Amino acid sequence: MIVNVNRFKCGYCGACVGVCPAGALELIETWIEVDTTCTGCGVCAKICPVGALELNEK
Amino acid sequence: MKNKYDVIIVGAGPGGSITAKTAASGGLDVLLIEKRQEIGDPVRCAEGVGKDALKKHIEPDNKWIASEIKGSKIFSPDGTEIKMSEDASSGMKVGYVLERKVFDRVLAQEAAMAGAEVMVKTRATGLLRSNGKVTGIKAMYMGETHNINADIVIGADGIESKVGRWGGIDTALKPNDIETGAQFLVSNIEPGDYNQFYLGDNYAPGGYLWVFPKGKHMANVGLGILGSKSGNVRAISRLHRFLETYMPKGKIVEMVVGGVPVSGPIKQTVADGLILVGDAARQSDPLTGGGITNAMDAGKMAAEVCIKANEKGDYSVKTLKEYEDKWRSTIGKELSKSLQVKNLLVKLNDEQLNQLAHSLDGIDTSKMELPSLLFALFKKNPKILWELKTLFV
Ligand SMILES: Cc1cc2nc3c(=O)[nH]c(=O)nc-3n(C[C@H](O)[C@H](O)[C@H](O)COP(=O)(O)OP(=O)(O)OC[C@H]3O[C@@H](n4cnc5c(N)ncnc54)[C@H](O)[C@@H]3O)c2cc1C
Ligand code: SF4
Ligand code: SF4
Repeated sequence: MIVNVNRFKCGYCGACVGVCPAGALELIETWIEVDTTCTGCGVCAKICPVGALELNEK
Repeated sequence: MKNKYDVIIVGAGPGGSITAKTAASGGLDVLLIEKRQEIGDPVRCAEGVGKDALKKHIEPDNKWIASEIKGSKIFSPDGTEIKMSEDASSGMKVGYVLERKVFDRVLAQEAAMAGAEVMVKTRATGLLRSNGKVTGIKAMYMGETHNINADIVIGADGIESKVGRWGGIDTALKPNDIETGAQFLVSNIEPGDYNQFYLGDNYAPGGYLWVFPKGKHMANVGLGILGSKSGNVRAISRLHRFLETYMPKGKIVEMVVGGVPVSGPIKQTVADGLILVGDAARQSDPLTGGGITNAMDAGKMAAEVCIKANEKGDYSVKTLKEYEDKWRSTIGKELSKSLQVKNLLVKLNDEQLNQLAHSLDGIDTSKMELPSLLFALFKKNPKILWELKTLFV
């Protein structure tokens, strides 16, 4: 997984899902899931209104 | 739940529920699914709507109206006030601030009363297809996956829409095409009865900060910043800063976060056996971020085309194109104009915004709507606003 979701910060708004060019994110009930198609582009992390997403360096 | 319907609608926001209600009233067999267990909650909205736009769809009811609004006040970065949108026949209220948790559920209930089946805590996880056509959905309810067939699937699944992508329509928003927002329901304040908008980099780069009254002592206080200008300082941090400075006595009783599409019309909103509606079709206004009544209008158009498709027995793009044409010539036109204004506004610096506000000195804007206000601004500031000239010919 390239993107880390801080579940304690996330307000499950779905904005990140709407911008992900790879369709790698999904909002399920109250959490965000990241699948293996994530390319690490970082767009989701940039637009999250609360800063709940971080790119994993590895 | 049956295993076959005429229409399946994914998402029970205002767009989905109006689609469901209209289609069911027209005699179609309709399933409306919503992944949340409570329709309308959590809210992702500042809840402001125009009275006339709303009344086309539903009789106003105090159960879901938090406040009636007299007009709007826009504040330039240096605090210059521009009053607008008051009713010309004076005294009449022009807008509402809704209680969307109640409003959204009432719309879903109306769909149910019209004959639609409603399922909550039910998430679409993919589309069924045969011969390239969409023929239904895969849906998960309480951990179990079901295949449910339909002649047509409506994606009314909001900002996080997947239905379009599954159907081959790329709806991914670029950072420039989204406002990323945060809002608090703030108590212990006196917001008055105007919707207030604050412009400037100090408040919300590439967006605005809003105060929408909810009753005498509460308001939705929020801000949206252009996605491309988000990063180091988040919407939520900016909002905290505003509250500390300008509403030190305010108490936060609710928190909302969310994104609004501000892309303007996208290229494609139908495929064989598939229609997108509302935020899923990126039909929210690029300038104001308002999307409630656009989603409802589009939902009605989509359902009417579904009824025709049902009569013809043809759900291909050939038939569904009527929806595409109809929304583009109405909602789409407005979106394009708003996009043009938004694209210019995000380029202006605080000084230019102040200059625009000062240029209206001595002009009574209080009864003007946005188009006439823009025209007044254009006449006074042709240089700054030159690229909007096509709006006024
Ligand atoms: C901070 C903020 C402030 C706003 N302020 C205003 C305002 O003042 N006025 C205004 O008019 N608009 C405002 N908007 C925009 C407005 O909220 C939306 O335009 C409007 O809700 C769009 O309606 P919709 O029916 O298209 O989608 P939504 O209301 O978003 O509904 C989509 C529904 O689909 C469901 N869903 C998603 N995926 C699935 C799935 N796979 N399966 C099942 N269900 C699914 C979601 O849970 C959701 O309930 C604001 C938005 C934000 C974020
Ligand atoms: S954008 Fe941020 S707050 Fe919203 S769902 Fe994604 S991670 Fe959560
Ligand atoms: S980093 Fe890019 S590809 Fe990965 S989840 Fe975020 S937006 Fe999608």
